[in-house]
Amino acid sequence: MGLRTALYDTHVAARARMVDFGGWDMPVNFGSQIEEHHAVRRDAGMFDVSHMCVVDLRGAKVREFLRRLLANDVAKLGKPGKALYSCMLRENGGVIDDLIVYFLTEEWFRMVVNAGTRDKDLEWIRAHAGAFGVSVEPRFDLAMVAVQGPNARQRAAVTLEPSLAAAALALEPFYGHAGAGHWFVARTGYTGEDGWEIMLPIGEAADFWQRLKVAGLVQCGLGARDTLRLEAGMNLYGNDMDETVSPLESGLGWTVAWEPQGRDFIGRSALVAQKTSGARRKLVGLLIEDRAVLRSHQKVVVPAVGEGEVTSGTFSPTLERSIGLARVPAKTGERCEVEIRGRFFQARVVRPPFVRNGKAVAAI
Amino acid sequence: MSNVPADLRYLKSHEWARLEADGTIAVGISDHAQQALGDLVFVEAPEAGRRVSAGEACAVVESVKAASDVYSPVSGEIVAGNADLGGQPELINSDPYGAGWIMRIRPDDKAQFAALLDAKAYEAALAADTH
Repeated sequence: MGLRTALYDTHVAARARMVDFGGWDMPVNFGSQIEEHHAVRRDAGMFDVSHMCVVDLRGAKVREFLRRLLANDVAKLGKPGKALYSCMLRENGGVIDDLIVYFLTEEWFRMVVNAGTRDKDLEWIRAHAGAFGVSVEPRFDLAMVAVQGPNARQRAAVTLEPSLAAAALALEPFYGHAGAGHWFVARTGYTGEDGWEIMLPIGEAADFWQRLKVAGLVQCGLGARDTLRLEAGMNLYGNDMDETVSPLESGLGWTVAWEPQGRDFIGRSALVAQKTSGARRKLVGLLIEDRAVLRSHQKVVVPAVGEGEVTSGTFSPTLERSIGLARVPAKTGERCEVEIRGRFFQARVVRPPFVRNGKAVAAI
Repeated sequence: MSNVPADLRYLKSHEWARLEADGTIAVGISDHAQQALGDLVFVEAPEAGRRVSAGEACAVVESVKAASDVYSPVSGEIVAGNADLGGQPELINSDPYGAGWIMRIRPDDKAQFAALLDAKAYEAALAADTH
């Protein structure tokens, strides 16, 4: 038996198909994964993402600590509520995890890390926090629900307490707001659509989920979450990057803050060395026209250049063909071949995302 | 919870087989299998005329989640693949025992059909799988 979120019984009662995800028993779908996917692209869906771990970091030197801990620079966070996406690296540049961090006050930042990496993340964060006098508090008392889709905010707003709804509707993209009673709403997500991620006390989660259902949000499982994030060109930790690769080999160079040069974040010297000599591999998007589906670990062959591997692959419900991400030699051009069930298929190398705001990206 | 019609025969690998009035055998995947696979997106059905052996992988069903081989329950000749599945693979999800049939086979030996699992035996195999 795996770990269970506060909504586990609710999902089982709704006859969700439950699977193991990073040690958690999570709904993979509630019926048709493709219909759930389309609900998010066209209207509004909701996801139980309580398996993800919220970590509060408090202390007078918390900003200084995070400037050391993270490859992106929290000095960019000027206005309270602003969020930043970053990798957390080993000294050798390997990715421990990717995460979102919110600046709430000069003494309080909040991080959201992946479920499967939670324990090693907490260990790593604590090992470095002491020197800065920063306290590290995982918020196991909070559930998290993501509402995503072009109509998600409007539909979900009526389920929130009025003053929280007003504050939430006023949020700019990539900002969060801490409300009363441990509720927190952020205009973030993992689908490529507008929406909120809402943290709330676990005791209120089942009732809130029911209110969202009544408000017309479609319950969605992790299956749709995966096809949505892949269409949006977003990496999945454990698939597309891990401790054996750097952000530069994972399509995440844009999340590394090189300036100011004096900022000594963990992993910096390894990344600088890799950048100077040139990363040998890169992460790219793949598209195939044939009736076959890219899956992680399939072999990629780039004629006269070398080999690589599909890191994530799926059938894209929006494009109605297969898309994927692959780690390939840096010199890979516009074409490659992928071995699928013993046969080689032609693939086009593209720059993610594949889908933005519900529509195929022009170059796709 | 899945539907296992009493009048069909089954393989442990989740194919169903039905003896038709013309002596051919229709083959598809069970309701349990389609639920486990999730939304079907591609189906590669075999072409008419192909010889197959019992237990041979002769079709592929691919869902959003995974690809899966479909095994022939009997030895014989393929008389038809379901062409409708090319444009509508979701027929397997909506009607696994009807419009979602995958192929029809003329068996060399009807005794092979009689030796397949009956509904009770398949249900028992499913129950053993989930415990």
